[in-house]
Amino acid sequence: MSAEPGAATIEARGLTRKFGAHTAVKGIDLELKRGEVLGFLGPNGAGKTTTMQMLTGNLAPTGGAINICGIDLLEAPVAAKARIGYLPEHPPLYREFTVDEYLLLAAKLHRVPRARCREAVETSKRRCGLANSGAKLLGTLSRGFQQRVGIAQAIVHGPDVVILDEPTVGLDPHQIREIRSLIRELGGKHSVILSTHILPEVEAVCDRVQILHHGNVVYGDTIAALKRSRGGSAVLLGLQRAPSLDTLAAIPGIAQVHAVSPVLFRVDFRPHDDATERLAAQAAKNDWGLFQISPVHTSLEDVFVQLTRHEEVD
Amino acid sequence: MIFTIAGKELKALFASPLAWVVLTFMQVLLAYSFLRRLDDFLQIQPRLIRMASPPGVTELVVAPTFATAAAILLFAVPLLGMRLIAEERRNQTMVFLMSAPVSVTEIVLGKFVGLFAFLMLIIGLVTAMPLALGGGTALDYGLLASVALGLSLLAAAFAAASLYVSSLTAHPLVAAIGAFGVLLAMLLMGETAGDSLRARNWPVPAALIQVFSPLKNFEPLAKGVIDTYAVICLLLLAATLLALTIRELDGRRLKG
Repeated sequence: MSAEPGAATIEARGLTRKFGAHTAVKGIDLELKRGEVLGFLGPNGAGKTTTMQMLTGNLAPTGGAINICGIDLLEAPVAAKARIGYLPEHPPLYREFTVDEYLLLAAKLHRVPRARCREAVETSKRRCGLANSGAKLLGTLSRGFQQRVGIAQAIVHGPDVVILDEPTVGLDPHQIREIRSLIRELGGKHSVILSTHILPEVEAVCDRVQILHHGNVVYGDTIAALKRSRGGSAVLLGLQRAPSLDTLAAIPGIAQVHAVSPVLFRVDFRPHDDATERLAAQAAKNDWGLFQISPVHTSLEDVFVQLTRHEEVD
Repeated sequence: MIFTIAGKELKALFASPLAWVVLTFMQVLLAYSFLRRLDDFLQIQPRLIRMASPPGVTELVVAPTFATAAAILLFAVPLLGMRLIAEERRNQTMVFLMSAPVSVTEIVLGKFVGLFAFLMLIIGLVTAMPLALGGGTALDYGLLASVALGLSLLAAAFAAASLYVSSLTAHPLVAAIGAFGVLLAMLLMGETAGDSLRARNWPVPAALIQVFSPLKNFEPLAKGVIDTYAVICLLLLAATLLALTIRELDGRRLKG
């Protein structure tokens, strides 16, 4: 059933979807390996949901190919869908069902062998923190619990790929943290695609990020690469007995110094030259009273805003 | 997979008060009409005996009761079937079935079987009433079987029609009214168009129109005549409507 680690679980090429004259998704390429969490990021109407609907077989693409664990979704939809778990934007819950009944139905529909259905339901309930809610009616659950049931039905059959469309919308901060740690945990065994427009969420849980804008992928890289390339280009420096700005700017490798407050400075380095160590050494030698030195990361938010605004100017 | 979905639909039906109300209403109404006819039959029985070949209790009591049941189903089936797809679309739960590894055909057949199983329960209860007479008198079991078969096939055609209309809209009530309209239109068409075509001696169009007049096809079966063409017409109508439903749902995936 499961492929070896590192094998591609989802492979989409040239995925295109038109609605009449409007093209919602324009030739997206997408690849996901086992154990990876991919963040799908974009402003509203960027084509995130459309892409996910195509990946889960809810919407037929106008062009392109989708492979789920080597099975063509368009050629053999039933076999391919058995390997996907999908939580849409609105969790598709039957209000008149109890949590147990609903998850059992989900397990049966996803062709879990009859003898293992009970066990599968219990496992997914435990993973989603629903162990004591089995007899509750879905219609009476709070938003947070409904979201958990939505995730539980997506993982009940142990799919290779879990696709979550904005899983933390409408939850309180405590619930958001729980869902995020659940997603991280899922990333260990399954591949996860997560769509969101909450940027810290992607930084917190994803290995890779793809930013969508007007149906195009405008950025795609690993979070680690993002941090490497963007981080360390500036530091926030705190000095009790600061020298003049010119003295600081004279240190080799420093491009610019900007005083945030009398004791706090933002120091920009020259490209590809991390002067943190030199700065610390100078501060110690001259007794400037160094009390803080912290790298300023260019966050995903900056990248996102840059990329999406850039597009609009075009 | 079909039966899993059918089971889900049955569970949803019984979770709503509508199913219980319809069951109660039908049973009370049919029991009343059955007992009323039985009473009439007992009063005229002395005179019937003097006839050369008198009609039996099955012909005079049981068959008309089934005809009443058919008329009530005309109203009840659209109500019972309205939620099948329309409500799933309105609550955005259709995704649950569409992303599961089941084909659209299985989804449609599952929903149809679920509704049909419920209707078979109603028909079972209707059939149980005349069967209760079996202990005291000789029943025409052939006629009983024929009329029960007719009602089942009619229920299947009605169920398929209301499933199809339910797939066209996201509002259950619109689906109910629409399905009732479709059934009524078919009823009127069968009465008028069929007869006038036959009167003009156009047998082929008349035979074709007969496919879309389910109540017309129920008539011979209700008289104990197993008319093969009528049976085929009822089955063909149900199959056509189911195929249209599958097409509609498939098209929705393509259109978005």
